[in-house]
Amino acid sequence: MNSETIAAISTALSESGIGIIRVSGSEAVDIVNKIFVSPGGRHILKDVASHTIHYGFIVDPRDESIHIDECLVSVMLSPRSFTAEDVVEINCHGGVFVVKKVLSTVLSAGARLAEPGEFSKRAFLNGRLDLSEAEAVMDVISSKSDSSLKASLNQLSGNISSKIRDIRKDILYNIAFIESALDDPEHISLDGFSEKLYGLLEVWLSEIDKLIRSNDSGRFLREGIGTVLLGKPNAGKSSVMNLLLGEDRAIVTDIAGTTRDTLEEYIRLDDIGLNLIDTAGIRDTDNAVEQIGVERARKAAENADLIIYVVDNSEADSCNVSDVTIGYLDIMKEFSDKKGIVLLNKIDISRDLPDIDFPYPVIEFSAKTGEGFERLKETISDMFYSGIKNDSDEIVITNMRHRQCLEESRNSLINVRNSLDNDMEEDFLSIDLMDAYSSLGKIIGEDIDDDLATEIFSKFCLGK
Amino acid sequence: MDVLKNTLCENYDVVVIGAGHAGCEAALACARLGLETIIFTVSVDSIALMPCNPNIGGSSKGHLVREIDALGGEMGKNIDKTFIQSKMLNVSKGPAVHSLRAQADKQDYARSMRKVLESQEHLTIKQGEVCEILWENIDKNTDPNSILTNGYSDEFSGNSDEKVTNGYNSDNGISYYSSAEKRIIGVRSYTGTTYKCKSVIICTGTYLNARCLCGEAITYTGPNGLQAATHLSDSLKAMGIDLRRFKTGTPARMDGKTIDYSKLSEQKGDERVIPFSFSTDPESVQKEQVSCWLTYTNEETHNIIRANLDRSPIYAGIIEGTGPRYCPSIEDKVVKFSDKDRHQVFLEPEGLYTDEVYVDGMSSSLPEDVQQAMYRTVPGLENCRIVRNAYAIEYDCINAKQLFNSLQFKNVNGLFAAGQFNGSSGYEEAAAQGLIAGINASMYILGREPLVLDRSESYIGVLIDDLVTKDNREPYRMMTSKAEYRLLLRQDNADLRLRKYGYKVGLISRETFDEICEREKLIAAEVDRLKNTFVGASKEVLTFLESVGSTPLTTGVSLASLLGRPEITYENMSVIDKGRPVLDKRVTDQVEIEVRYEGYIERQKKQVEHFKKMETRKIPADIDYDEVPSLRIEARQKLKEFKPLSIGQASRLSGVSPADVSVLLIYLEKRNTH
Repeated sequence: MNSETIAAISTALSESGIGIIRVSGSEAVDIVNKIFVSPGGRHILKDVASHTIHYGFIVDPRDESIHIDECLVSVMLSPRSFTAEDVVEINCHGGVFVVKKVLSTVLSAGARLAEPGEFSKRAFLNGRLDLSEAEAVMDVISSKSDSSLKASLNQLSGNISSKIRDIRKDILYNIAFIESALDDPEHISLDGFSEKLYGLLEVWLSEIDKLIRSNDSGRFLREGIGTVLLGKPNAGKSSVMNLLLGEDRAIVTDIAGTTRDTLEEYIRLDDIGLNLIDTAGIRDTDNAVEQIGVERARKAAENADLIIYVVDNSEADSCNVSDVTIGYLDIMKEFSDKKGIVLLNKIDISRDLPDIDFPYPVIEFSAKTGEGFERLKETISDMFYSGIKNDSDEIVITNMRHRQCLEESRNSLINVRNSLDNDMEEDFLSIDLMDAYSSLGKIIGEDIDDDLATEIFSKFCLGK
Repeated sequence: MDVLKNTLCENYDVVVIGAGHAGCEAALACARLGLETIIFTVSVDSIALMPCNPNIGGSSKGHLVREIDALGGEMGKNIDKTFIQSKMLNVSKGPAVHSLRAQADKQDYARSMRKVLESQEHLTIKQGEVCEILWENIDKNTDPNSILTNGYSDEFSGNSDEKVTNGYNSDNGISYYSSAEKRIIGVRSYTGTTYKCKSVIICTGTYLNARCLCGEAITYTGPNGLQAATHLSDSLKAMGIDLRRFKTGTPARMDGKTIDYSKLSEQKGDERVIPFSFSTDPESVQKEQVSCWLTYTNEETHNIIRANLDRSPIYAGIIEGTGPRYCPSIEDKVVKFSDKDRHQVFLEPEGLYTDEVYVDGMSSSLPEDVQQAMYRTVPGLENCRIVRNAYAIEYDCINAKQLFNSLQFKNVNGLFAAGQFNGSSGYEEAAAQGLIAGINASMYILGREPLVLDRSESYIGVLIDDLVTKDNREPYRMMTSKAEYRLLLRQDNADLRLRKYGYKVGLISRETFDEICEREKLIAAEVDRLKNTFVGASKEVLTFLESVGSTPLTTGVSLASLLGRPEITYENMSVIDKGRPVLDKRVTDQVEIEVRYEGYIERQKKQVEHFKKMETRKIPADIDYDEVPSLRIEARQKLKEFKPLSIGQASRLSGVSPADVSVLLIYLEKRNTH
């Protein structure tokens, strides 16, 4: 069996209370046994029962009198563990230094550092996780926000699998019904079957649509919402920006987007993740020149999921309407397929509102006082996470491969509906029902995908 | 056998054991391919006997007959000569499930087939029981290419024409022979004669250690009171072949003079009969037909059955063999469909020169007195007299997992098996396997690749693949639902699908093959023309559309898209299609189907692509499943036992889950990259 023993830190590397180092593989117990001693100084792990916890110390194997940390060690023997291999977990104190030190001791005792996702890979290969669960683990690892983590964990618990299994079971039953009626028309009648199937198709389609829609939300949960702030100079973009950034200083990454070719900053507002696109550009514009930064921002807006239009409402009382909105309505028309929010900024200066029909939700806002900030968050949340309450157990599709399979199955079911509309004989229905069944099966690995091996290789970086 | 002083010894290429529907096709194929062939039967009078239903074809079985015919088999031709009624079934459904069924004159059918065998060059008919199969161990050290040492490889010319491009398995046929440790060298008959041969085809049907049950009355005979074959089983076991028991049954035959037809609904044949064989002249089969008759069981029938279930050998536990679910006895139907207050019963004449009538739908193993009471509750049968009792028959057969898809045993080179011995049921299923076994026994002797049809190109492929990969716990019956790609596997295009293979192995003539190639071109050209010929909303077109009750046109459309409308046919469209070439109906029928169902056909072809991808992912013969990490124990066992040749085949094994297949795929991928 391929079972090089691997180890990795399996808790977040931060100044938390405890840190966990997970060791998995056929040598896991031996390796940890070398560096773990009981309070009495004995190496006791060799013959312990599965699913037991032991108190003691991680020591330097070259000099066992050096205690690296005091810890609890849990032993879970194959196959009753996450990876279905022998697994030992070391619960040590949570400081970054201590955890790293314990890990390096484990590695020096003979384990190899696990690649990202390698525990899940093993769990998948050992039949402990189905494909969608394994993919969810990958998603968990790369998730950026709490909600995203929640969605992935939800998937991990097999929610998607069981949802998909339910639909598949229903489809299969109906395929079987058609087929048995073909084989045994004497005993199984198809009278009234079309009407019944029509009703079922509507149910399946709406379930699948819901999952697909959740993918949109799921993507936003996972990757954040690509957001652009547009506004004339002095409309207050910078202060809005600062407000957004100031709410939570969690600037997670500065990534030069590979596809977007713009600079993004990721910020988190409660559970909302925003990728502010080209924020540097906006800052520059505000600082430098007296011109509408529309041209530059337009480019950014093309790639955005959300455009926040910052309008200087303090001008509303003195100037005419077109001054307030000049440039805005045009660009709103141009990006009418994007979601947008209008912030009537500087509401603290003037409460008179322009009499304009914006095609978007309008929020009376003050970057200075913070008025309207809560509404902004609510509005974004409603727009992008509709249907997925953060605390609910709603199933969210977070994976592109799953989405593709869902879309394929939707198309097949639509074909079935068309066949019914055209009064096709029942034996034609099973062709497309079968396709739908098999597309759904690919999501959970119950139907074999042509490219599965490739998919898994890329996902789990196998074959290195 | 040593006690026998008989020292007679004869030489053949192929020995066929059994002359039922499998044996006949097997022997004819071998002899037609030029191999000296001998066929054994316990009684020459029982060649091509139809011991059960008096018909050939029917749903999906009709497909098999047409495929047999396309490959160069005999069944279709023989039923065309001897049918007494013919009907295309399911015409109200899609073209995939249309299926031909013909009532046979049983005696005429058997007699006619016997004549064909007797007239066949290179074929010897022998009455007698084969009791021992002779084999030797292959010494792989001294005989590395044992399969190719049969001496014929240079002499045989065959039809290795380059025009046949989608040849089968040209990459790894060798693996069909390489795993065996034994090789066939002959057989010995009960009377002591040795017949040396290179290949044996077992087609023993229901005769091996057979016993018939009619209630408490048990006789140790084959069907119809014929002598059972009681010696061969031991010889097979000695070769390491596992046997099991299956059971099947047949209904009673009534004296037609005692049936009151006035109470029955008449079932006539088609007005225009379509022949089974692609080479039968359609005019030659237009003749007077006899009728079948429909009646029903009722609550009274069911009550009698229920009251006597304890006297049925199956329900009383006397029968150990497993019976077919899809050809159930009336007892089974009453038990399983307890909510149905009646079941169909078809009364079918057994021939023109007998009054016997077959009671289709009421096979049974209940005792004689219960049978009589039960049959007499059925309208029309109130005063019936039973000529032959219904009975169940139990027999030795194999789990066909011991065979390759070529129908050769995995552990014995040159030993093939076909028909009910492989765990199937039905004449057509038997004949199809017989033909393939005959072809492949010949290919083996000639040192050529076996013919293996896959699931995407034929019902025969589905049948054999199901037999050799699935856990069949009861006699296997061909059914439409078992063919995944049935829209492509229609009975109307069997010749277009399979003639090329018949030609390649040498059973189909060059002339016939050329005609198929030509027809394919004509079909493609006409489909193309329809797609590229446009009509507008002219007066002529609108008049036509109105006349067939179709919605008027507003813009120009292609003739092909008009043909997509259900009310428009290729034929009635001729009034608006002036430039139409004169084409044979066999061409235009295909054109119509291809155009009308184009979207479905395309989607099904996509499914086939996916299937083919899996089939072409070969599993190397030297794979060690113990080395594959993470396979579940059950899957590991099944894979080791079955040794699938491709990922596709592995995925169809019972006990191998998709997750196991994924693991296997990953292992192979990894192996390839290293």
